[in-house]
Amino acid sequence: MAGERLLDVKNLEVSFYTYAGKVHAVRGVSFHVNRGETLAIVGESGCGKTVSVQSTIKLIPMPPGKIEGGTVLFDGKDLTAMSDRDLQSVRGAEIGVIFQDPMTSLNPTMTVGRQITEGLIKHQRLSAQEAKHRAIEMLSLVEIPNPKERFRQYPHQFSGGMRQRVMIAIALSCNPKLLIADEPTTGLDVTIQAQILDLMKSLQTKLDTSIILITHDLGVVSKLADRIVVMYAGKVAEAGSSEDIFYNALHPYTQALLKSVPRLHEETKRELLAIPGTPPDLFVPPKGCAFAPRCSYAMRVCLDHQPGDFAAGGSHTVACWLMDPRAAHVRERHAGRAGDAGARGGAS
Amino acid sequence: MVHDTQDTVLEVVNLKKYFQFGRRAVLKAVDDVTFSVRKGEVFGLVGESGCGKTTVGRTIVGLYSPTAGKVLYKGEDTSRLKGAEVKKFKRRVQMIFQDPYASLDPRMTVGDIIGEALDIHRLARGKERLARIHELLNVVGLSAEHANRFPHEFSGGQRQRIGIARALAVDPEFIVADEPISALDVSIQAQVVNLLSRLREERGLTYIFIAHDLAMVKHLSDNVGVMYLGRLVELAPSAELYKNPLHPYTQGLLSAIPIPDPRVERERKRIVLEGEVPSPVNPPKGCRFQTRCRHAKPACREEDPKLKPVAPGHFAACHLY
Repeated sequence: MAGERLLDVKNLEVSFYTYAGKVHAVRGVSFHVNRGETLAIVGESGCGKTVSVQSTIKLIPMPPGKIEGGTVLFDGKDLTAMSDRDLQSVRGAEIGVIFQDPMTSLNPTMTVGRQITEGLIKHQRLSAQEAKHRAIEMLSLVEIPNPKERFRQYPHQFSGGMRQRVMIAIALSCNPKLLIADEPTTGLDVTIQAQILDLMKSLQTKLDTSIILITHDLGVVSKLADRIVVMYAGKVAEAGSSEDIFYNALHPYTQALLKSVPRLHEETKRELLAIPGTPPDLFVPPKGCAFAPRCSYAMRVCLDHQPGDFAAGGSHTVACWLMDPRAAHVRERHAGRAGDAGARGGAS
Repeated sequence: MVHDTQDTVLEVVNLKKYFQFGRRAVLKAVDDVTFSVRKGEVFGLVGESGCGKTTVGRTIVGLYSPTAGKVLYKGEDTSRLKGAEVKKFKRRVQMIFQDPYASLDPRMTVGDIIGEALDIHRLARGKERLARIHELLNVVGLSAEHANRFPHEFSGGQRQRIGIARALAVDPEFIVADEPISALDVSIQAQVVNLLSRLREERGLTYIFIAHDLAMVKHLSDNVGVMYLGRLVELAPSAELYKNPLHPYTQGLLSAIPIPDPRVERERKRIVLEGEVPSPVNPPKGCRFQTRCRHAKPACREEDPKLKPVAPGHFAACHLY
């Protein structure tokens, strides 16, 4: 059933009301996840990637957070209109979540086994015996050695990588249609990261789950993602297939992001492209394009008017004024520089 | 010794640093590490958490005293320095810390954080001191008006620049940078790495660059040492190490790093390292990597391999060679 939308988020607006004022964290974000695919949401800290995704199932603290607009359709149901009670039967059962930090997201006072069976008993109404049986199955599915003994142990008896496996077992225990993985490997060593990514990939094919992968690591994205959404300052800058984003990035922010990381397989050393400045303060969201002050192509229109999403073929969309037909001459002038990014990607 | 050239500035010789835990347990964070650093080079030190790379860095600058072995700076044993010599050494060798949130005193202004170093070493006073602070802020890409502000008013990248300005204040020759970019966002990482490169060229600095991000280490370093469980397992010029890794651990480590290029990533042959790093309190007998090594032979369980030259300038501690 590839191609059918499992999750469809439109014009999501989320703010946080803090003592210092209102932070407009998510400013009209739309994205969708097709069945069976992996969507990666990429961006730097504070770009709103976690808040966008967590708001869809109301996981953000409210207050201070507030969802101020937008619709979230999941499997035909409107999650924004749902009562908290109904939403609870979606969370955990139909949507599983893996959080960034397995140290703090597992309960230190409960055995790992109980933390897995909890959801099974609640959502799937299994008996304690059945739930235990299934939990041990899940532990071996995520390749934890000696699952029977491990079932009775506490989180502190697990290493970081093993804890993340437990998180995955919990998230997948009720056979969710969608798995949200929020920086699942940040803080893990690379060899452990590789193990976890391999595990996620093989489980996805086995269980046919859709995945939203939230990350800042372009390497992780290139390994797992079918489609990519690049966020900047609470908005979607560019979205498209993995090929679109890595080899035909059109938004100056995406291009800069790709050039700012060194690549292990490249033999020559090139200077890393640093993006000057810092992301804007979302207490006072910029009037025009949020990236304009750091953008080397910025035009006058960029400072005053927010760009809409321009279609760039297929599912590829770009929120940048350079895509406007009236900016064709500017694009040409920069063609040498912009073509650089595309050419490098294409040649490798 | 690794490089017999005369321009060696730093030699780490059979360095050991053990930490006592309770009555019996001893954590051998660094266990017999030897390498040397030439003037003007960037020496990258990589490995996963707990491999001892930070402990090596901290022992070099004198934050820890070695349990055994020596750190020679320009031929002088740094643990034998006394009084004024210690101060002189600390002026030459500075450190940039990993966490820009924890390594700056929140109650001091940026000007005082940088100026403190000038005061301690009596390098400048009054107007001259202020001028030096402003100059240093400019060098790292901040501006003079930042001197009166407090660390909390800055972003992570800016704080790391303050840490760099503080290290530069005493005009050092040698900088140990301990994961200077791992707490920063990618676009900001590039800013800081480019700054470090520029400073190296302008001031003829020598760096030890400690990191777990192997792609960044490759980008910045001339020579790279790979550590595993307190040992240096491989040592080679950067390009050579990445093209032709010899130690099975290095091979697995490099293979584990996802490359931000889906086509390349799809076609890569992967060497998956099974299992996890054993505890440094009770490391495996023989070769410390044998529990995860796909080439492990009976000899690896018995005998601890020494770091030895395998190709010109390329050293590995492995029984395969």
